[in-house]
Amino acid sequence: MVLSEIVTSGPDFFYLAPWVVFFPVIGLLINIIFGGRMGEKAIGTVASTASGLTFVVAVLLVLSLRAHPEGATIPLAEWIAIGDLQIDWAFRVDTLSVTMMMVVGGVGTLIHIYAIGYMHEDVRYKNDPGRYQRFFVFFNLFIAAMMILVSGDNYLMLFVGWEGVGLCSYLLIGFWYDKDTLGRYSIDNAQAGKKAFITNRIGDFGFLIAGFLMFWAFKSVQFDTVFEAAHHIAETQTGMILAITLFMLLGVAGKSAQIPLFVWLPDAMAGPTPVSALIHAATMVTAGVYLVARSAPLYTLVPAAQGTVALVGGITALFAATIAVGQYDIKKVLAYSTISQLGFMVAAVGMGAFVAGMFHLVTHAFFKALLFLSAGSVILGVERGHHHAAHGHHDEHDDHAHDHEEVFDPGDMRNMGGMRKTMPVTFWLYLSGTVALAGIFPFAGFWSKDEILAEASALNFTVYILLAIAAFFTAFYMGRQIWMVFFGEPKHEAAEHAEESPPVMTVPLMVLAALSILGGALNLPGVGTFTHWLEHTYDKFSAMHLHHGEFNLTVAITSTVLALVAIGISWMLYGRKPQTQGQPDPLKRILGPIFTGMENKWWIDELYWAVILNPYIVIARFTADVIDWRFWHDWFHDKVIAGSFQWFSRTFLDSWVDQRGIDGFANGLAEGTKELAQRLSGIQTGFVRNYALSVFIGVVVILGYLILQ
Amino acid sequence: MNPVLHPLTLVTFFPLLGVFVLLFIQPERKNAQRWTALITSLITFGISMWLLAEFNAKDPDLQMEINLPWIQVAGWNISYYLGVDGLSILLVLLTTFLTPISILSTWTAIEDRVRDFMLFFLLLEVGMTGVFLAQDLFLFYVFWEFTLVPMYFLIGIWGGPNRMYAAIKFFLYTMAGSLLMLLAILWLGIYQGTFSVPELIAKGGIPADIQLWLFLAFAAAFAIKVPMWPLHSWLPDAHVEAPTAGSVILAGVLLKMGTYGFVRFNIPLFPVAAVKVAPWMALLAVIGIIYGAAVSYAQKDIKKLVAYSSVSHLGFVMLGLFALNPQGIQGGILQMINHGLSTGALFLLVGMIYEQTHTRDFAVYGGLWKLTPIYGTLMLIVVLSSMGLPGLNGFVGEFAILLGAFGSAAIGSPWYAGFAAIGVILAAVYLLYMFQKMFLGPEGSVVEEVKKLGHSIKDLNKREIVTLVPILVLIFWIGLYPKPFFALIAPAVDKLVAAVQSAAAVAMY
Amino acid sequence: MLPISYYVGLSAILFSIGALGVLIRRNAIIIFMSIELMLNAANLAFVAFARAHEALSGQVFVFFVMTVAAAEVAVGLALIVTIFRNKQSIDVDQMSSLKG
Repeated sequence: MVLSEIVTSGPDFFYLAPWVVFFPVIGLLINIIFGGRMGEKAIGTVASTASGLTFVVAVLLVLSLRAHPEGATIPLAEWIAIGDLQIDWAFRVDTLSVTMMMVVGGVGTLIHIYAIGYMHEDVRYKNDPGRYQRFFVFFNLFIAAMMILVSGDNYLMLFVGWEGVGLCSYLLIGFWYDKDTLGRYSIDNAQAGKKAFITNRIGDFGFLIAGFLMFWAFKSVQFDTVFEAAHHIAETQTGMILAITLFMLLGVAGKSAQIPLFVWLPDAMAGPTPVSALIHAATMVTAGVYLVARSAPLYTLVPAAQGTVALVGGITALFAATIAVGQYDIKKVLAYSTISQLGFMVAAVGMGAFVAGMFHLVTHAFFKALLFLSAGSVILGVERGHHHAAHGHHDEHDDHAHDHEEVFDPGDMRNMGGMRKTMPVTFWLYLSGTVALAGIFPFAGFWSKDEILAEASALNFTVYILLAIAAFFTAFYMGRQIWMVFFGEPKHEAAEHAEESPPVMTVPLMVLAALSILGGALNLPGVGTFTHWLEHTYDKFSAMHLHHGEFNLTVAITSTVLALVAIGISWMLYGRKPQTQGQPDPLKRILGPIFTGMENKWWIDELYWAVILNPYIVIARFTADVIDWRFWHDWFHDKVIAGSFQWFSRTFLDSWVDQRGIDGFANGLAEGTKELAQRLSGIQTGFVRNYALSVFIGVVVILGYLILQ
Repeated sequence: MNPVLHPLTLVTFFPLLGVFVLLFIQPERKNAQRWTALITSLITFGISMWLLAEFNAKDPDLQMEINLPWIQVAGWNISYYLGVDGLSILLVLLTTFLTPISILSTWTAIEDRVRDFMLFFLLLEVGMTGVFLAQDLFLFYVFWEFTLVPMYFLIGIWGGPNRMYAAIKFFLYTMAGSLLMLLAILWLGIYQGTFSVPELIAKGGIPADIQLWLFLAFAAAFAIKVPMWPLHSWLPDAHVEAPTAGSVILAGVLLKMGTYGFVRFNIPLFPVAAVKVAPWMALLAVIGIIYGAAVSYAQKDIKKLVAYSSVSHLGFVMLGLFALNPQGIQGGILQMINHGLSTGALFLLVGMIYEQTHTRDFAVYGGLWKLTPIYGTLMLIVVLSSMGLPGLNGFVGEFAILLGAFGSAAIGSPWYAGFAAIGVILAAVYLLYMFQKMFLGPEGSVVEEVKKLGHSIKDLNKREIVTLVPILVLIFWIGLYPKPFFALIAPAVDKLVAAVQSAAAVAMY
Repeated sequence: MLPISYYVGLSAILFSIGALGVLIRRNAIIIFMSIELMLNAANLAFVAFARAHEALSGQVFVFFVMTVAAAEVAVGLALIVTIFRNKQSIDVDQMSSLKG
């Protein structure tokens, strides 16, 4: 009977949706409770299996959606219910959320597997194997939070995931919380984690305000309820939707590292490389894009908000791309590249090209994860080479880390070079990621980026120009990276002795490489599989008309030519004449101060320190020390209140009123009498004659009086 | 029912039995004293569970009332009147819940005059429970002032180096506000002819201008207790000097007596005044939120940081209460519980490390997570709960409060909630700062210092974990499934909101 | 018979001499004598008025005055002798131990 049901109506696995969250939670609980006794392999396997199972669920949901494209909502429990406020734990299954689940589950699982190998070495280089377990617990926690984010049926549940992934990001950036990126003892990594969390909280503030506005306008934060009423509300309260969407944009800027809140993402590279790949490239940072895509029915109602979002995305894309040109750290380049690519996505969803944005989100997840993980492979390869160069080949890198060596940065591209020979597999993987990112035909990035550019050329020409220049820079900095890392001569003995990574790391990379190469097939022009797929979600709202990305040959050729020219220039500068160690960047000669600006990230961090952080610290200290403590506590309470009371009791009441007043009166009476007596005693001369005279005068006076009367 | 065996009488006065037993234990038998106190408080907690089982969550009115004449002279109508409803049930439970936990936390921390300590602690529990259950203003006042005495001794005898200053300041500061309240209570008793709160509410009819004065007189007592900015100056002193268990109870329960006072007395007794001053209370609350957060961030002493964070957190509670809508008040009441759990746990955790290191100076800490992974993890969870991470308890309360305040008709402007939401960012700033200073980065000098004393810093022992686990369970429970808690609060709050709205509406015309 | 004014005039003169003597002289004996003079001036006035009014009461008064004067002299002289023994002087200016 079950079988016949499936045959007639197609499979229906919607009820499994909550398991995308439960599986990783179960995984992390197992690892917390038993991890101490399980050994590294088992821990990694449990975590990867948990993540893999979410992917399986996602696949099952895809199958179900093919039969029931309208999707479903799976309520789990009531969460917050106060008066009108009704918020449930409910899972939303539609094509949009399942797309995200596929990306998170799929890429997440591959990165989990990769991390089994990567962290095995990393915890040894950094001399603390005990943290292996902790890493996978956090990783599973991240998958759970990310799944809550993408599968929530209301804005508040989305917010739970939103902050949850922020927490995981914080924990994983600061994973080596007692070190800096070079492995020295320092607070730097922890600081980077905190920076990420707090910057994100600023964005979350926007999200919260948007949520409040939404609740009081719609009396609900449930997606369908809001979207259905949006049209009506937009007619009566025009400013309301604008305010909601703009506050939401602040949240987007925080999570997806857009201007002005992008500063945390480059620092986030302090985390282990799998973290950078999973959280800070493929999944978490795209949450903002997902949020805009999810809120499409709101954004399409207010062109002003759309324009703002698109412009923020476009400027970010270009701005970050320029910084990426001036970076030396292999991961920092990728970090700024990620910001730039997120700018592309945000610009796309901002313009209303939701399909193009989501499409780029998916392909970017593939190739950027690939790039980061390959970069991790490169770093570990250099690390191995460094170790061998330092110890010779007989000594294994087990117990002693590099605390006795000179400070060496395995991620600095100026130490690399010629590594296509020492790490051939990684080289080819990296290359496929690079061409995908650079947007070379026919790799995945070409199709998705081109779709964005094509939409932009039609919808918002300013943004198109910004993005096209950004695409040019993208190809340039990726070319620069390839030449610096893999070509030329090794510039450090560590690069010379670099060793290839084990299969547990390279095999997941191959899968990602395949996806990066073929990912464009998802939404080929004319076929539009992905467009039709997402339409199911958007068609529900009659107010929405989805743009069908038209293929634009001029745009495609322009961008391809731009990319090739950029790669050519990068070859001229970095490839033709290989650099030597210690040589300044060739671009510095040409661009001079502009390059210094790029190198220093246009001093945005310094600006924020000067404008926001330092003033806050000064104000906080001033408030605490001077206002609260010295003025309010010490002066007002101790001096003024307690002091005046003491003055009142001791000085006024005791010494004045009591001692001087009351005692004074009594004593004064006595004193006065005595004084009087003393004065009067002067009359007593003791001379009898005087007395007699007085008597005599007295008699005369009395008699005189009597006579004269 | 027999008035002595009445559940409310029992839950209030049962600890006295423990006090009585303690008097007969020789001073040197410290463990016997600890166990006596612990078991007494656990039984009290058990009685409160019975209370919960008897409690009808759907009934918005007072339940299990006991009302006996007490002082009936010269037309004064004072009675022994206890009752419980949705506004107070959770706070009673919080009191009986935190007391055994605090007692457990003193197991090794208090070695000096254990019997007296336990005695005062149990007396304190009597006072606190009484405050939450009393429905007669006079009786309430008696309990209210009674709590001062044991707390005064707890700080003054077992406190830090500056304890006498702190104890006296605590006593006098709170006493000063209470006197104004006493005047207002006497006015009500004389002019309205009764001290019974439900009767007073039912009677109503106090002219608006007099309501305002009475409101302010009550508010003086409660605002100091909360403490609302700018009346918070006693708090850092009391917290820093108090022993750990004292801090836990102080933050966990005593401060709630202030916020509870507002919701139990100020709002229903003087609804017109409440509506009138709501924006001002909200303003003070918002200033407190931001101010407390900024000042916390600049502290060098861990306990002081946590103390000032209370100013910020209770600002949220006050903001919620004076939103005067269901979201705000329910959120506010739940947030009282949340703050009791989170800040209570923070003080417990700080006390646990202080017991080993004997310093609370941030500068010497660092890198503890590596040495004490369990301690670090528990601290992280509590810190996250305190800064309102969704999925943990703090978020549910804060969200409901901000949401309520944002659309509150009484407050009248979303700006208050908007600024209060900045406090959420700042909470992350100071709490993560604290976590980072203590647990992340390279090992701090305190590790060496402790080594010099001949022992190393140890992770939490079983007793300490047992102390914390119940709190953690509730942190997750309220965060993920707060429905049972809201269900207890909701009917009483709805009734309160309806009463306030109708009273305010009548006053308008 | 002489008119009454002559007697009274003599009495006043005697009284004034006595009073002056009391006020001016320092010797206690002379002061005593001056007091006697004043008393006797009063006696003279009493007697004169008694004769003029033909009443006996004035003459009776004179006896009283003489008795008082005798008593006064008896006590006064005793005092003066004692003082003289202590101070070797009866100068009243030196009897100033009551001076305040």
